Amino acid sequence: MERIDENALIETDILGFIERNQNKELLRFVTVGSVDDGKSTLIGRLLHDTKGVYEDQLKDATRTTDTGETAIDFARITDGLRAEREQGITIDVAYRYFHTPIRKFIIADTPGHIQYTRNMATGASTANVALILIDARLGVLQQSRRHAMIGSLLGIPHLLVCVNKMDLVDYDKDIFDTICADFKGFSDTLDFKSVDFLPISALMGVNIVERNPARTPWYDGPTVLEFLETVPIADDINLRDFRYPVQTVIRPNLDYRGFAGQVASGVVTKGDRVKVLPSGKTSTVTHIDMWEGDQDEAFAPQSVTLRLADEIDISRGDLLVHEDDAPYVGRHVDATVVWMDETPLDPGRSYLIKHTTRYVRVNVDEVAWRLDLDTLEQDDSAETLKLNDIGVVRFTAHRPLVFDPYRANRSTGAFVIIDSMTNTTVGAAMIREPDDPAALKAGVELGAESQVSPTERASRLKQHGGVVWLTGRPASGRSSLAYALERRLWDKGWSGAVLDADDPRYADGVCAGTSVAAAVAHRMADAGLVAIVAVDSPHARQRESAAHAPGDAFLEVFVDTAADVCAARDNRGRYSNGTPEFERPVDPAVTVDLGSTDLETAADTVVAALTRAGLVFDKPGPRR
Amino acid sequence: MTDKPLLSPRTLTHLRALEAESIHIIREVAAEFDNPVMLYSIGKDSSVMARLALKAFAPGKPPFPFQHVDTTWKFQDMYRFRDEFVAETGVEYRTHINQEGVAAGINPFDSGSQTHTNVMKTQGLLQVLNKYKYDAAFGGARREEEKSRAKERIYSFRDRYHQWDPKNQRPELWNTYNGRIRQGESIRVFPLSNWTELDIWLYVYLESIPVVPLYFAAERPVVDMNGTLILVDDDRMLKHRPDLDERVQQRVVRFRTLGCYPLSGAVESSATTVPEIIQEMMLARNSEREGRLIDYDEDGSMEQKKREGYF
Ligand SMILES: Nc1nc2c(ncn2[C@@H]2O[C@H](COP(=O)(O)OP(=O)(O)O)[C@@H](O)[C@H]2O)c(=O)[nH]1
Repeated sequence: MERIDENALIETDILGFIERNQNKELLRFVTVGSVDDGKSTLIGRLLHDTKGVYEDQLKDATRTTDTGETAIDFARITDGLRAEREQGITIDVAYRYFHTPIRKFIIADTPGHIQYTRNMATGASTANVALILIDARLGVLQQSRRHAMIGSLLGIPHLLVCVNKMDLVDYDKDIFDTICADFKGFSDTLDFKSVDFLPISALMGVNIVERNPARTPWYDGPTVLEFLETVPIADDINLRDFRYPVQTVIRPNLDYRGFAGQVASGVVTKGDRVKVLPSGKTSTVTHIDMWEGDQDEAFAPQSVTLRLADEIDISRGDLLVHEDDAPYVGRHVDATVVWMDETPLDPGRSYLIKHTTRYVRVNVDEVAWRLDLDTLEQDDSAETLKLNDIGVVRFTAHRPLVFDPYRANRSTGAFVIIDSMTNTTVGAAMIREPDDPAALKAGVELGAESQVSPTERASRLKQHGGVVWLTGRPASGRSSLAYALERRLWDKGWSGAVLDADDPRYADGVCAGTSVAAAVAHRMADAGLVAIVAVDSPHARQRESAAHAPGDAFLEVFVDTAADVCAARDNRGRYSNGTPEFERPVDPAVTVDLGSTDLETAADTVVAALTRAGLVFDKPGPRR
Repeated sequence: MTDKPLLSPRTLTHLRALEAESIHIIREVAAEFDNPVMLYSIGKDSSVMARLALKAFAPGKPPFPFQHVDTTWKFQDMYRFRDEFVAETGVEYRTHINQEGVAAGINPFDSGSQTHTNVMKTQGLLQVLNKYKYDAAFGGARREEEKSRAKERIYSFRDRYHQWDPKNQRPELWNTYNGRIRQGESIRVFPLSNWTELDIWLYVYLESIPVVPLYFAAERPVVDMNGTLILVDDDRMLKHRPDLDERVQQRVVRFRTLGCYPLSGAVESSATTVPEIIQEMMLARNSEREGRLIDYDEDGSMEQKKREGYF
């Protein structure tokens, strides 16, 4: 069939052109190949032939050859940052854009080297298609298998294998067929919905945009561009299971309370019964609001605002689902993890994760196995994951996670792992099908729960529960400050409670360990109290894991009394063997020095910080 | 194969998909940061970004202010447009002028374009970020705009001194953005990262978003400065450069990008409607920033500016 000439349309019928362009579908694809397989050349050509390149970029890429002809160095079109240019390699994901008369495209252009697994994972996370390049002369290398495997792990639905540099093997059908058969043997073990093969020459422009029967008379499939234009992607999105992570509550006046979010999967219709997780409360959708007006339905990935029939407690991080189609709820998950940080995964540590719109703290239970990237075999002896490693890790979350397996849902099945000391993103995780699915179906694990909501507590107590963590050296004055603060809060009409390791009534050791103290403090905070914790926590790591998740109110107060003052004040011999080890907090919310400040003033400083944070208040306001 | 873009039911058009993605980003930032701000530069990208922000929180208002960094040399049409935008939408609006720059008499003619831009725009922006302690600033930049932007993240992290360190950027997977920062650090957010110039104009047309009239062709007084047409927008220009008086001529021109008027080149054009602009753009396909003097410095300048805190 004849291709529509959009360029002619632009000249003769611009409104027709606009109309077409307001009705195109978006396809995202990721390109991978080893260095020199011809990825830049292919992309450069696609961009060039679809006019996705600007004149000045073209000027940069045009050079005069030895024979005096002008030639376009297609690979130059997609150059990146200066540092990379100097090194002559691409080391980060670059995004490129072009359109054809049929679709709009976003390319995530990722370097293929083994060191750059993390880049490929990034580009692959949103892609509909993975385009893998193979050098016809070299055949299927382990590298290509690895790329396909990563693409499959990240849930890319379609794989397109381009056998490039066919010009260098005389467009030999047998070579092409051998490569296809070889690769297919492997890709059949993977999870793609479709796998296709294409013989091309990126340099000569064969089978990229135009078919070239003179070169490959034996090939009658689509060109690269035709493939990208026609591969069916409408069902790449899960439209079965309605999942709606609440981003924020919109409350412009007392009559309107809407829950804003992006439909992660599925379809929701006015009148649908929905359940809020993890609370388990149910209600009915009364309005699906958009700027354009009230809608009858919304589907993924639309951004909308939902209103419900009942006044139930819903806040950011909650997930709305259909009542009869529940995801899993549980604290334990196994996930395939791509490690992205120079510092290896530390199995003894806790990390933060961001899962849909929630941050939750997790402990690493164990690394089950690591994928050996050379042999593509499981390595069961691995104890950690290093930069660019892939492996299966078992996590325990501090709060229940509401999730689906990644294979069923790319949104509720994925999370990023964050080092809460540095705040960097250190890993990406894809949740696996649980071992015992039945036990995890929503609600089962939750059991009986409090019938008093946080909102009710806050409006009676005029405070949100929270944890004030006093960090300081022994004898810095933590306990004294804790009780001064408790009194000060009480006098102002608020309620605090002290957890003091030195209190003889706790001789049974309830507060001996920081993790026990933290757990008790968070329980008190859930009950609406301001828990004031004065226990020894000399290590940043102890304090870090005490903080649980950022959604919880946690205020670290640094009692920064100088070591020599503490030593002089100490009456329990804690300084007799020299100054005990102590790591200063990096980013405390409040710092007070009880060498130079009296207790009253210090307590006031903390109360002021609690007020600023909205934890205690006279008139209800938003908690920051 | 079919020659028509055929959409299955319950499939978003690419424009609606981009819209949904941008709204999601804007809401994430508003929900996670203490003190976000939308940098509002009055141009077409800002107008689209502002529309998305209004959509994101309707029927409420965006829960953050719109901040303009005024170099005092914008086109008069831009100031008028801005005032109307603020009045019509009711958003919280703030403006800032680098008073030190004004006191030092910085202007594009005597100080040169680089110094003027650096002092009035870059320094002005840094002043205002410090003044209000913004921890997240939305900007309208797009990856397609310039080669060196192709790798820019949607959340771009800045240290306490607003510096951008290419090594310290976070991987971004799915639509899960890690917004954790320490006190004093901040991010720039680019909700329009995946939009192209064509997408912007298509959306302006689809949504009937008002844009500054300077984007449309009209007869205007201009001076030809080495091939760049500069609009005589107010009398300050001839005060600084009386010699240009005799070179003023009336031409039918429009602007592809808007900045400070002495630094923004006009193009001759007859496009008076959005479809005509799209037509002209698609036929020309010159890189959009070519008309801006500010980029005439050597290759990679954008990256340099980014390190310095300019967008
Ligand atoms: N003969 C031939 N050479 C090619 C082809 N594609 C790319 N090349 C050449 O292979 C080299 C590496 O290509 P480039 O696109 O930079 O590879 P990348 O590292 O994968 O981006 C360049 O010299 C290209 O000109 C092809 O189809 N045939």
